[in-house]
Amino acid sequence: MDMAVEAGVIKQHLIDPEICIRCNTCEATCPVNAITHDDNNYVVRADICNGCMACISPCPTGSIDNWRTMPVVRAYSIEEQFTWESLPAELSPEELEAAGVAADTGDEAGAAPTPVPTQAQAAAEPVEPVFNSAQYGATVPPWSAAHAYTNLFPPKSPTTATVVGNFNCTEAGFDSETHHIVLDFGVVPFPVLEGQSIGIIPPGVDAIGKRHHARQYSVASPRNGERPGYNNVSLTVKRVTEDHQGDPVRGVCSNYVCDLKVGDTVQVVGPFGASFLMPNHPKSHIVMICTGTGSAPMRAMTEWRRRLRKSGKFEGGKLMLFFGARTQQELPYFGPLQSLPKDFIDINLAFSRTPGQPKRYVQDLMRERAADLAALLKDGASHFYVCGLKSMEEGVVLALRDVAKEAGLDWDTVGAALKREGRLHLETY
Amino acid sequence: MSTINYSEKIPNNVNLGEDRTLQRALEGWQPNFINWWDDVGPEGSTNHEVYLRTAVSVDPQGWAQFGHVKMRDYRWGIFLNPGDANREIHFGDHKGEKAWQDVPGEHRANLRRIIVTQGDTEPASVEQQRHLGLTAPSMYDLRNLFQINVEEGRHLWAMVYLLHKHFGRDGREEAEALLQRTSGDENNPRILGAFNERTPDWLAFFMFTYFTDRDGKFQLSALAESAFDPLARTTKFMLTEEAHHMFVGESGVSRVLARTAQVMNELKTDDAQKVRAAGAIDLGTIQRYLNFHYSVTIDLFGADQSSNAAIFYSSGLKGRYEEGKRTDDHVLKGQTYKVLEVKDGQLVEKDVPMLNALNEVLRDDFIKDSVAGVGRWNKVLEKAGIPTRLVVPHKAFNRQIGALAGIKMSPEGRVVNEVEWAARKNEWLPSAEDFAFVASLMGRVVEPGKFAGWISPPVMGINRQPVDFEYVRFG
Ligand SMILES: Cc1cc2nc3c(=O)[nH]c(=O)nc-3n(C[C@H](O)[C@H](O)[C@H](O)COP(=O)(O)OP(=O)(O)OC[C@H]3O[C@@H](n4cnc5c(N)ncnc54)[C@H](O)[C@@H]3O)c2cc1C
Ligand code: SF4
Ligand code: SF4
Repeated sequence: MDMAVEAGVIKQHLIDPEICIRCNTCEATCPVNAITHDDNNYVVRADICNGCMACISPCPTGSIDNWRTMPVVRAYSIEEQFTWESLPAELSPEELEAAGVAADTGDEAGAAPTPVPTQAQAAAEPVEPVFNSAQYGATVPPWSAAHAYTNLFPPKSPTTATVVGNFNCTEAGFDSETHHIVLDFGVVPFPVLEGQSIGIIPPGVDAIGKRHHARQYSVASPRNGERPGYNNVSLTVKRVTEDHQGDPVRGVCSNYVCDLKVGDTVQVVGPFGASFLMPNHPKSHIVMICTGTGSAPMRAMTEWRRRLRKSGKFEGGKLMLFFGARTQQELPYFGPLQSLPKDFIDINLAFSRTPGQPKRYVQDLMRERAADLAALLKDGASHFYVCGLKSMEEGVVLALRDVAKEAGLDWDTVGAALKREGRLHLETY
Repeated sequence: MSTINYSEKIPNNVNLGEDRTLQRALEGWQPNFINWWDDVGPEGSTNHEVYLRTAVSVDPQGWAQFGHVKMRDYRWGIFLNPGDANREIHFGDHKGEKAWQDVPGEHRANLRRIIVTQGDTEPASVEQQRHLGLTAPSMYDLRNLFQINVEEGRHLWAMVYLLHKHFGRDGREEAEALLQRTSGDENNPRILGAFNERTPDWLAFFMFTYFTDRDGKFQLSALAESAFDPLARTTKFMLTEEAHHMFVGESGVSRVLARTAQVMNELKTDDAQKVRAAGAIDLGTIQRYLNFHYSVTIDLFGADQSSNAAIFYSSGLKGRYEEGKRTDDHVLKGQTYKVLEVKDGQLVEKDVPMLNALNEVLRDDFIKDSVAGVGRWNKVLEKAGIPTRLVVPHKAFNRQIGALAGIKMSPEGRVVNEVEWAARKNEWLPSAEDFAFVASLMGRVVEPGKFAGWISPPVMGINRQPVDFEYVRFG
């Protein structure tokens, strides 16, 4: 599952049957059809839900916002969920351990998983409310963002695009391969903005004979196209060859996409997303924090700013990038990034698996750059974007909070303003 | 008359800013709407800033934006769910043809009537609820009431948009009339009976939002199947909002039950008078309210046999609930359905042509859905160890419309004579004394986190805010 955070473990998305009023809103909202129901309950399919959170705020009851840490092998099936009258209790750490889930297993790309306090710790320490990074994520776009079109092609009526480019943008020969794909829409209107994503429907059917659901990919090109003036978009797709537990698996859609040839056609849905959008006004600052393919929207924003700057339409809003990967070779667009001028973008790279080097994660770099980040936090023109693996989100937002606190800022005020003003955006998967 | 900035003030996805004719029509209507809101909208609320959910677009990020706003400044947007250019009519005689983007002349009168009837219910419920803000059991509940009010207002806008956009001068006149009728007005009442009943207290309000807004869900679902694509897309979006209204009813009654059960357990009694004396609502009263609201609401589905229903279906105007998920031929000719009638003092079932029984089909879908929810209420009692269970009365109980109208019947479905009805009516339906008792509990509690003694706090707040959040700022 895309939302997995540690090897062998998923955060399973569940609906509380005691609170749910069976109104069908979530089923009608979910972009990938992960939700279904019978006469008794509404349930989420663990193998389809990607944790996109689209269903959370439309649910009128709050019953949909339940997540349980589960060993993958014991994830609740929908048949099981159909019979529930109430939510089962969280598995205890002992139960998790008995199911073979080790305490510290996650070490993906450049993001360190946030440590989960054990029960013993929690009991000994004064109880502080659990830090929930998602609560700071904005649901509104920055005030100066351009208007985004969404759902022009819903899952029931996809459109077709033609592949006009496909190349490996990580160093060849490494186990983690990421492709840069360019899709052309011909004369079909498919307007996108930096930060939006599109869905691709892989051909064929799944194990139970149902058509594959669409997978989402962030757009990596700016609004006027990968090639300016053409009706095309680019994507940054990582070939999934092992699951979150490290067991070999062939990701259905990512492999399909990485193997596409120029001239092939694909079924596309979307565009999606109306809040993870870049500010347009020329003095706005953009802080971009990402891992792996989370760089796609950052590339789109950076490239749009670069084009604006070239045409003389830009007045010096700052760009700051924190980018994490396991190694330099696995970092998508490493080469092109290096050639961007230093006075244009402030780049910080974190590698967690460089032989002979200590592990460094994006949040470590953020703490090192605390002075600059604090100045940006104080400036109402600053916007923060976080994209990549789910496991990075908590650590990154915590780092922002600590930077704010050390600078004498009241995080409750700053965090709330960032959310309200559409200046902190989280997109993790 | 000031002009309206359409993209700001009226968020919409129907290109309002570019349609001059429509703009002018709405510019005429909008000030009257505001006057209507000021006159018969929520009483005494003008200066409150309420933590409202506003839709600014139809995608998941845009349609649920929360913030404190004055209700008069709420942005009553106009939204249609994203369309599908290739959508086909999937039931009735036109099955397989392309869905209509404009109103076909031969269906104009019927479509207008459907839209007007739907539109009429929206302001009516605001009128019925206008005084409830003065007796809210908590700030949380007050906020929910206001949320429902503004969204009913938005649903009115949705219907008015369709009337203005697609029905020319007739449409404008009908839209005007929507603001002239008033719930319970002797001379100019609302179209449907249930919308002229009073909503005297909060228990009635919760029952209303549970049952009557659920009627809304089923009617909107049937319209969401319509061959007239703008109507289908509008109602689809309305359904997402209707869900919150049903939630207020379902959780509201649950919370009343939870509090009653708690009092019963504390006092170790099931004596209604003792429960009342302790300031909670006894289960008998709750059951009588349920009987009343249920029976009044199932009347809303109309006569059990109706040639209009057949015409609406066959011509593609109004489908069945979840039409797309059903596996029959979607034409329904030559099929039959069972309806009830009274013969020789006995209830009997008889077969009638399915097409004529479509109101009954929708009513039965509604009944199934309502009963499931009552089962969830009973779980509250079960968990508290209280043996009493709420039950839904018989379909023929207390009906005023259709073949069963006026038949005297016990809640279990036994036909009774006038004498027995008169003697036991107060066992089955709320009496003047019940209303007076419930009214006596309706004090105003609006401190954050405080709740009136007859209702439990909710399990969680709105939009993941804490229960004691300042949902309303009093100006
Ligand atoms: C808003 C959003 C934007 C996204 N943007 C991008 C993007 O720009 N580029 C991109 O490559 N992906 C992106 N994703 C993830 C993408 O949608 C797919 O989840 C991913 O490509 C895997 O799909 P698949 O069909 O290949 O694997 P599946 O067949 O769905 O899964 C196969 C197995 O691999 C596991 N798995 C899935 N993803 C990963 C992973 N990343 N690492 C390890 N194991 C995994 C699954 O749990 C499963 O066990 C985004 C997701 C979201 C929600
Ligand atoms: S989180 Fe996203 S994918 Fe999962 S059920 Fe909700 S809407 Fe569907
Ligand atoms: S939206 Fe919420 S309340 Fe409605 S069916 Fe889904 S989980 Fe239940």
